[in-house]
Amino acid sequence: MKLLWFHLMPYTDLPEDFAARYGSVWVDIDPRLFDPRRGHQLYNEFMDELEHAAEVGFDGICVNEHHSNGYGLMPSPNLIASALCRRTRDAAIVVMGNSLALYNPPTRVAEEFAMLDCISGGRLVAGFPVGTPMDTCYAYGQNPSLLRARYHEAHDLIVQAWKAEAPFTFHGRFNKQRYVNVWPRPIQKPHPPIWIPGGGSVETWQWCAREDYVYAYLSYFGYQAGRAVMRGFWDEMDRLGKDRNPYRAGFLQFVGVAESRDAAMRIYREPAEYFYGRCLAVDARFAAPPGYTTEATIRSKVTSQLAQAARKADEAKRAFSAPTFEEIVAKGYVVVGSPDEVADQLRTVATELNVGQLMLLLQFGNMRRDATLYNTELFAKRVLPQLRDLFDDRWENRWWPKPLPREERAVPLRGPAQ
Amino acid sequence: MSAPAERTIRVNGAPCRVWEKGRGEPLAILAPFGGWPRWTPFLESLATRRRVVVPSIPGFPGGLGHDRLDDLPDWIAATLDLLEGAGVAGADLVGLSVGGTLAAEAAAFSPGIARRLVLVAPFGLYDAAEPTADPWAQRLEDLPALMCSEPGRFAAELLPTSGEDAVERQVLVLRAFEAAARLLWPNVELGLHKRLHRIRQPVLLVWGSGDRVVPPTYAKRFAAGMAGPTELREVAGAGHRVDLDAPEALAEAILAFVGSGIADPDRRAEA
Repeated sequence: MKLLWFHLMPYTDLPEDFAARYGSVWVDIDPRLFDPRRGHQLYNEFMDELEHAAEVGFDGICVNEHHSNGYGLMPSPNLIASALCRRTRDAAIVVMGNSLALYNPPTRVAEEFAMLDCISGGRLVAGFPVGTPMDTCYAYGQNPSLLRARYHEAHDLIVQAWKAEAPFTFHGRFNKQRYVNVWPRPIQKPHPPIWIPGGGSVETWQWCAREDYVYAYLSYFGYQAGRAVMRGFWDEMDRLGKDRNPYRAGFLQFVGVAESRDAAMRIYREPAEYFYGRCLAVDARFAAPPGYTTEATIRSKVTSQLAQAARKADEAKRAFSAPTFEEIVAKGYVVVGSPDEVADQLRTVATELNVGQLMLLLQFGNMRRDATLYNTELFAKRVLPQLRDLFDDRWENRWWPKPLPREERAVPLRGPAQ
Repeated sequence: MSAPAERTIRVNGAPCRVWEKGRGEPLAILAPFGGWPRWTPFLESLATRRRVVVPSIPGFPGGLGHDRLDDLPDWIAATLDLLEGAGVAGADLVGLSVGGTLAAEAAAFSPGIARRLVLVAPFGLYDAAEPTADPWAQRLEDLPALMCSEPGRFAAELLPTSGEDAVERQVLVLRAFEAAARLLWPNVELGLHKRLHRIRQPVLLVWGSGDRVVPPTYAKRFAAGMAGPTELREVAGAGHRVDLDAPEALAEAILAFVGSGIADPDRRAEA
């Protein structure tokens, strides 16, 4: 299986009373809370951590896109990925990804991903998320009723641009470009592998199956909550006659590993409580713009949220409540333990959910660099070797980058750090 | 309160319900935010004195086809098609809230579409000094109090009637929110201030004094931009959905402006 190291790049200095005092970590987060001097340190530390993960043997390093967000400091993941391409040698560069409807014209994504594929020597995974409501509809002002149609058209344009052997005219519903001609061209043919980070909608599963893309369920709530979604995904693959190749699926899991479970509980308590207590304080006002969720998905929910809301109209608002680390661990949001315990749990997670592309958050919340590097190194030395061979006796990972042979890849004059 | 006559017309190929009730000169009505899942006391009150014609806006309860409308020209053309299809082109036109936006845009682009115009708390202008509220960035449970001075009246609109499927009602309600968002997102300005001067017919602007969505002061902003004669009326205590908070008072204000039974021979005889 593939083990990938994922960074959200959270701002680590949100005040302790953040949820109560500031309300939302997303969209209307108080800009005065961001100290650019701190930002300078954080970006550099976070990129060190990603580079270190590549050095110690993770198969890929992952970045993603968020806007106006206190736990995700990458409005442009491509900027970070570009720097990582130069400072790493073998790891896949997994951009999870670019929210297609936010790029005007979307050929910008085709160009930048082609640049990353060239700089990295063909190590890019191209992630195409729709994007969350908070990022797309509120922070970026996109119309929720048009977002999915724009996303799909942007996808068609980008893929066509990568495949085209001559300049062409794209006359779409939303995008009209007389001259589409992407220079540079991606190294990987016909294009880098495409992975789709998505929620649990059946339309997304069907689309991934039809296009033969990886579906990645990136939840912050771990394997217990992810079970139902992944079961739904595999049931749909069965129904569509697709094989159960685990590399069709990606999944995100927070992990804290230490010499013993007690030590892990001690080391990772604060960063986990920081993440689940401060970083997830998202105002519900920004969670459900009308039209973002399709009518088919609304119909698939059993109870009417409107009826619930109407009943609650006069009740006192439920305050955001931060879970304790014990609850976080009990619910499986974060897998903690000794290397063997973590390996056992992750083997169960991967097998039960049938996930071959396992993305790990080994830095979360306000975890400091020393703890992050410790978590990363211990995982690489003592957990990763126990899991690496899983699935490979039976399945081929057709969705992994196909870089140039190592000897053909450029070496930066100053030498790559890793 | 008996049911109105109901027929279906097609706009861009999608079905849109048209309600009709009452006698006399037609009075066309375009629905507010959320639309009308069922015939309401406000419409009934108007129908006692005018022939009320209510074509459903695409995507609002009774109408489909909002997903075919991608930009403002699409919406304006659909509104003109809707009014013409319902046989009320050139009639007096009442637009409430979102329906008011469409009525104003239609009149600016096609002055003959309405004889007189009544706009009840329309969206469409934006003043950063006194911003409109964002109904699409609300917790659902906060929406009723934003829309009505008596929140229960709007909350009741969200709930299914007896025998109606709860999830289907939810789909209906959310579709109407989506259709309005599709037109107005991100709820700032659609450029109407550049076209207001093209509205030349007599206009009545009505606001609930307690409107928390589009502040009542916007009445003056609308009036200032229009070329024709304007009247302003405020309905004391009502919120954004004046038709739910004060159905009788709103109907009276409208009828006082457009007149009741102008060409209705029966009523003339009574007079």
